[in-house]
Amino acid sequence: MENYYDPKDLPRFAEIGNDAPELAQKFFDYYGSVFAEGELSEREKALIALAVAHTVQCPYCIDAYTRGCLEKGASLGEMTEALHVVTAIRGGASLVHGIQMRKIAEKLSL
Amino acid sequence: MPDKIVKQDPPETFAQTLVRHGVELTRDRTVTLQVNTGRLCSLSCRHCHLEAGPGRGETMTRETMDSVIDAARRLPFASIDITGGAPELVPDLEYLLRGVAPLAPRVVVRTNLVSLDERLARLYRELRVVLVASFPALNAGQTSAQRGEGVWEKSIEALKLLNSVGYGVPGEGVELDLVSNPSGAFLPAAQAGSEKRFRAELSRRYGVSFDNLFCFANVPLGRFLAWLEKSGNLEGYREKLAAGFNPCAVAGLMCRSQLSVDWDGALYDCDFHLAAGIPFGGGVANIRELQELPAPGTPIPTAQYCFACTVGSGFT
Ligand code: SF4
Repeated sequence: MENYYDPKDLPRFAEIGNDAPELAQKFFDYYGSVFAEGELSEREKALIALAVAHTVQCPYCIDAYTRGCLEKGASLGEMTEALHVVTAIRGGASLVHGIQMRKIAEKLSL
Repeated sequence: MPDKIVKQDPPETFAQTLVRHGVELTRDRTVTLQVNTGRLCSLSCRHCHLEAGPGRGETMTRETMDSVIDAARRLPFASIDITGGAPELVPDLEYLLRGVAPLAPRVVVRTNLVSLDERLARLYRELRVVLVASFPALNAGQTSAQRGEGVWEKSIEALKLLNSVGYGVPGEGVELDLVSNPSGAFLPAAQAGSEKRFRAELSRRYGVSFDNLFCFANVPLGRFLAWLEKSGNLEGYREKLAAGFNPCAVAGLMCRSQLSVDWDGALYDCDFHLAAGIPFGGGVANIRELQELPAPGTPIPTAQYCFACTVGSGFT
């Protein structure tokens, strides 16, 4: 069966530089700098990346950062808690927009 | 998105990779004698390259211990590194330790922590043995997955016991090092950052201290190899190890400065060749016959699992 997603595509990411190498290089340089140890450790950055990967629902990123987190010494507990943090924000963001819904409904209603 | 681009070339042997980088694997000065006291262990860790466990009967006899002690007397080893299985389960461990302790400046025992008791801890302290303990993770889940149920709790208790007799306590002069292997088919975290985290967390949560943490990749041999095959991780793991080859790690490989002697006296270049049955490349088969240390420049045989020693910062 054919699929849009194939795990074998992940290591081919660099091919995105074909035909537009300068733009790709800029992106990869930026990407590398973002994930280097800074005020946040590489492990903390990998945990943020893992969490965000779930909100953007990118299977490549979920694969890469599950491995990345484990290889940076994160535990399954930390990884799961990171997901709950983004889930709380995601859910909270939907709910807080409900205030707009309520305001509009109140204005329209008798 | 990948944080590293994985190499796509067809698989290359370890020997070919060395040639491509213009590096040779030969002996430097041999300073360490690693002594494998047998396969008997109280645990059956899922990453054990030697498949040690409670059911294994191979154990070093006093006669072989005497050959080891003789070798340590006639050859200038700077370090004797005693491993297993669990050395603590070997009935004549004290005989071996008392025999080698005066003959080398540094004697190391690799402990699984759970086979320790206070008598042994005091013996180690008396002989100023350096302890290197398996301690894979800062959480019970990953520790039990690798080493078995209940091992986490027992390990913390053992670390407290060792601290109580001075091990890992600044100023006491007895060294306690921890070794962390990943709990699965992924590479170890960077050592410096992990050591900082382990030190802070163990101190905060349990009041436990230690000297150094070493992070090593798992070697695809024995029980770990069987698990890689069964779980469908073998190909990916091998590719990952090969892609991470670091030519700078070759200079510090333990096979360059170490000889491994098995429970029956047989000689190997390292503990992994011992597990795989690839004999010592210098020509002598048994510790009894070892008259001199291997000359620097003696070639060391290689195998595909050598990639586990040269990935990232290496396995030294
Ligand atoms: S497995 Fe490691 S230590 Fe042993 S010979 Fe190969 S590189 Fe050297």
